[in-house]
Amino acid sequence: MALSCTLNRYLLLMAQEHLEFRLPEIKSLLSLFGGQFISSQETYGKSPFWILSIPSEDIARNLMKRTVCAKSIFELWGHGKSPEELYNSLKNYPVEKMVPFLHSDSTYKIKIHTFNKTLTQEEKVKRIDALEFLPFEGKVNLKKPQHIFSVLEDYGLDPNCIPENPHNIYFGRWIADGQRELIESYSVKKRHFIGNTSMDAGLSFIMANHGKVKENDIVFDPFVGTGGLLIASAHFGAYVYGTDIDYNTVHGLGKASRKNQKWRGPDENIRANLRQYGLEKYYLDVLVSDASKPSWRKGTYFDAIITDPPYGIRESTRRTGSQKEIPKGMEKCPESHVPVSLSYHLSDMFFDLLNFAAETLVLGGRLVYWLPVYTPEYTEEMVPWHPCLKLISNCEQKLSSHTSRRLITMEKVKKFENLFQG
Amino acid sequence: MKLLTHNLLSSHVRGVGPRGFPLRLQATEVRINPVEFNPDFVARMIPKVEWAALLEAADTVPKGPIEGYEHDEKFLRQMHHVLLEVDVLEGTLQCPESGRLFPISRGIPNMLLSDEETET
Repeated sequence: MALSCTLNRYLLLMAQEHLEFRLPEIKSLLSLFGGQFISSQETYGKSPFWILSIPSEDIARNLMKRTVCAKSIFELWGHGKSPEELYNSLKNYPVEKMVPFLHSDSTYKIKIHTFNKTLTQEEKVKRIDALEFLPFEGKVNLKKPQHIFSVLEDYGLDPNCIPENPHNIYFGRWIADGQRELIESYSVKKRHFIGNTSMDAGLSFIMANHGKVKENDIVFDPFVGTGGLLIASAHFGAYVYGTDIDYNTVHGLGKASRKNQKWRGPDENIRANLRQYGLEKYYLDVLVSDASKPSWRKGTYFDAIITDPPYGIRESTRRTGSQKEIPKGMEKCPESHVPVSLSYHLSDMFFDLLNFAAETLVLGGRLVYWLPVYTPEYTEEMVPWHPCLKLISNCEQKLSSHTSRRLITMEKVKKFENLFQG
Repeated sequence: MKLLTHNLLSSHVRGVGPRGFPLRLQATEVRINPVEFNPDFVARMIPKVEWAALLEAADTVPKGPIEGYEHDEKFLRQMHHVLLEVDVLEGTLQCPESGRLFPISRGIPNMLLSDEETET
């Protein structure tokens, strides 16, 4: 039995931002829902049009309930490089697959989308009329149709060079939109409690998706800051833990990060952030703790570790140090704080992080973290590795002309054995 | 701090190793914090719980996971209450081996140690 017969083809319309992060997000989500990434296209590069084979519409819908990289998904009925090719392709699409959505009791409408070109209303109507050969038997309803069909015309990516004719035309049945509206509703601008390096909302959801976070998971952020990354995981139904070495940040005290605000208010702490979005029930605990000296007992209880470690650029990178190494004039922190003064060598930090992940992640669990990079010297060999963790993806985000950071996703594939007994 | 968290924490004072678990809990202020009951999440946590440590920390806890607990709503609700709704606001966690105290204030444990105190 040929596998391809049982798979339907879908067209994903992708958003044109965070280009490198899109494919790992879609792959991670498909695998989360029991699908696999199958495509006849070699690479996607910069194109927003992705054709995939997915085993069922349920999996396609589940994918769209999570993705922030994809705008919409369509059941692909036909495509071609010209209208004629498109019409031929549609004539070859099995009628029995069309009929359930075209029968006389149903209502529908057809939308024309063009990318990188604007059409007049007249031109759009012409295109709809040209599809008359399709066996539509239902009634047109422009306000609340049961089924929406779309024609998508691709005029390339260069706004300075718009071709006369489209490169590709697609026709499909609209199934669902993605979760891009989360980017606005969870925007850091509206959040009660922020820090100097709070993660952009879109990227925090991408991270949760790379991490394959699911309902009832336990997700941990060892460099939690103001908790932005936990919010995305909690939104997807995971229960969350965070630790940070900075007492004030964990307690929500001290100087505010907002312009025009001096001190943090009483509603500014991690728990309050979750409360703001109705996610307080997913808050487990936060602790003041040094990620290089974790206080967790032996065991595997984290489903995902998702974090943005300090790089020493915008937040200082710290580790608790011994008394004798404190430089003169450095004040002791009040209460039970420990003087923090040693600079934590970056590669030690990643070694500790990967080791910690290998020990405490469940098998199949994921570690997702940002790796700062000095671009002129970067090579793949610099990406930290661990015998128990498999590298899943490595996506670059440029920060400046010479620096970038890479979102590294790893999956625990092997049980941790303590090789360093002592 | 929730009792689920207490069940996952260990002392990392130098030389203490696995004898750093469980931390002795002394609570001076406790609040019962209602949390929406999610039987699937509670059922998932049961196999991860170190039961002896939980019995030390809490009063009214079943002696152990009962057979078929995944579908026993009464049991799951009890465990839900103990693990997630009992919130220690002020108190201390004590390393059973070294006696070192870790304070809990405003519901947040402070696990920081100086370099000399921690494992290499």
